[in-house]
Amino acid sequence: MPDATGLELIAQALRAAEGGDGTSGSPVLETVFFRGRGTLVVEPERIGAVLAALRERGYSFMASLHGVDYYPHEPRLGIVYELLDMRTVDRITVKLRVPSGTPEVESVTPQWPTADFQEREIYDMFGVVFRGHPDLRRILMPEDYEGHPQRRDFPVGGEPVLFTFNETETLGSSE
Amino acid sequence: MSEYRRREQSITLSPVEEQVGSGADGPGGGTHELLTLNFGPHHPATHGVLRLLVTLQGETVHDIKPIVGYVHTGIEKTAEDKSYWKVIPVIERMDYLAYHFNAMAFCGAVETLLEVEVPRRAQYLRVIQLELNRIMSHLVWLGTSALDLGAISMFWYCFREREKILDLFEMSTGARMHTRYFQVGGVAEDIPPGFAEKLRGFLKEMPERLDQYGALLNRNEIVLQRLRGTGMLDVQTLLALGVTGPLLRAAGNAWDLRKADPRGSYDDFDFKIPVGTVGDNYDRFACRLREMYESVKIAGQALEGLPEGPHITADRKVALPPRHELATSMEALIHHFKLVTEGFRPPPGEVYFPVESPRGELGCFVVSDGSSKPARVHMRDPSFVNLQAFSQMAEGGYIADLIATLAMLDPILGGIDR
Repeated sequence: MPDATGLELIAQALRAAEGGDGTSGSPVLETVFFRGRGTLVVEPERIGAVLAALRERGYSFMASLHGVDYYPHEPRLGIVYELLDMRTVDRITVKLRVPSGTPEVESVTPQWPTADFQEREIYDMFGVVFRGHPDLRRILMPEDYEGHPQRRDFPVGGEPVLFTFNETETLGSSE
Repeated sequence: MSEYRRREQSITLSPVEEQVGSGADGPGGGTHELLTLNFGPHHPATHGVLRLLVTLQGETVHDIKPIVGYVHTGIEKTAEDKSYWKVIPVIERMDYLAYHFNAMAFCGAVETLLEVEVPRRAQYLRVIQLELNRIMSHLVWLGTSALDLGAISMFWYCFREREKILDLFEMSTGARMHTRYFQVGGVAEDIPPGFAEKLRGFLKEMPERLDQYGALLNRNEIVLQRLRGTGMLDVQTLLALGVTGPLLRAAGNAWDLRKADPRGSYDDFDFKIPVGTVGDNYDRFACRLREMYESVKIAGQALEGLPEGPHITADRKVALPPRHELATSMEALIHHFKLVTEGFRPPPGEVYFPVESPRGELGCFVVSDGSSKPARVHMRDPSFVNLQAFSQMAEGGYIADLIATLAMLDPILGGIDR
């Protein structure tokens, strides 16, 4: 893990490299250092550039993507990218948040093929649309399911079991 | 008819003729047939309920689409509705062959949130269970994979040894599978009398058994022909696809979190990381076989070097007080009551805790909002990520090699679907 100072240095470098071209300010909104884990909170529109810059710095392995719902806070939906530098065994976390009204973000699958299934899972569970994803379909829930079950305001239980005979009569059917 | 049904029914399962070249410029010319084959979800060779839509051109695999989600049970959603310590049993049921690893990843994450120190004896006891679990998981893989390749007796031999590990689990934890042995802050109980002796016997016997497996398979012409040179994928592609574990090591990259990022006292033990050379199915097989020897070594060292001390943290705000204290101490009774009814409240924050499971990096991401229930639990399951590499491994090969490649991929659908 980069220590707190190292995290600030990375954030500074990203700000200098990205904020200098006169676009909408710094890509790094905030840095969080918690329990030895450094997190860069970034502008959703600049995620591709930030990840590319971190890859240049050696964080070339994308270990994981997580979706989070920060209900009731807005911007509500979070996407967490866990990057790993295998040479120095160093991890860094990049996080972005999108509002539930327009849950859209650029897909990183073309640059990071491992994000394919994981972005599909976040789309499935939280309803975040990844623009430019080659095959954005539900992955764990049935393809005709309605709703995004990992959202915090999605109720647990009370759902009828779908069989072939009742698939058009029950909730969750797109009929 | 729903959109989903319509799309399902639009898949043609009968041969489709496809024009290749214009007769003059291809060697065969004319047409060839493309056949879309539905493979699974209920097929023993898919090691669970994995469904593959395979497009075949003759016997050559043209295209593979994995379809998952048949055993999705919403464990992550369930976890959000339970207090932290009640999450452990449901988390264990994700990757059902690596239950101790699931619990380890979750407990590790919560311990990081709480900043709880795990006693050394508890760490060693965890290592013993984890490495036995790794051997157990690899034995199931070896037995079922050999079965896929036509070697039926291997299955019985592997399950014979697996049975002994399950007996050991039963003795030390009280349950054979999904033991709930790992607790936040340590383990549930110290090992019972007689366990060390029984484990020593097993660890002495196991390398011999592994030699026998090697002798049965390593010079078996059928196994070698099925595995050598099939399903090959290079390190760069594997890394881009996020593949970790024995699959990555078989391709020659010695990445293992137990060595690279040793958590839970793994740096105390002397062991080696087996790596392959070319990354074909044989290397995957050989790596896992060697790994079992190393796990035996680690478990033996942990047993012999087992430090004295408590098996769970003394922090009463996190771990239950010992039973005998309840009769005499009001304080203990209050703690017990609070922990059982409400549980502890970790400070708000986000943590990610990776461990090296039998299939690669198993990471648990936990978000705490300061309440006694986690706001989000997400497992980065290695089977889920590794499955992405499957189509690239198997495309262009024969359909028989697809079975071998899938077996060597070792996907656990409980972990994929969660």
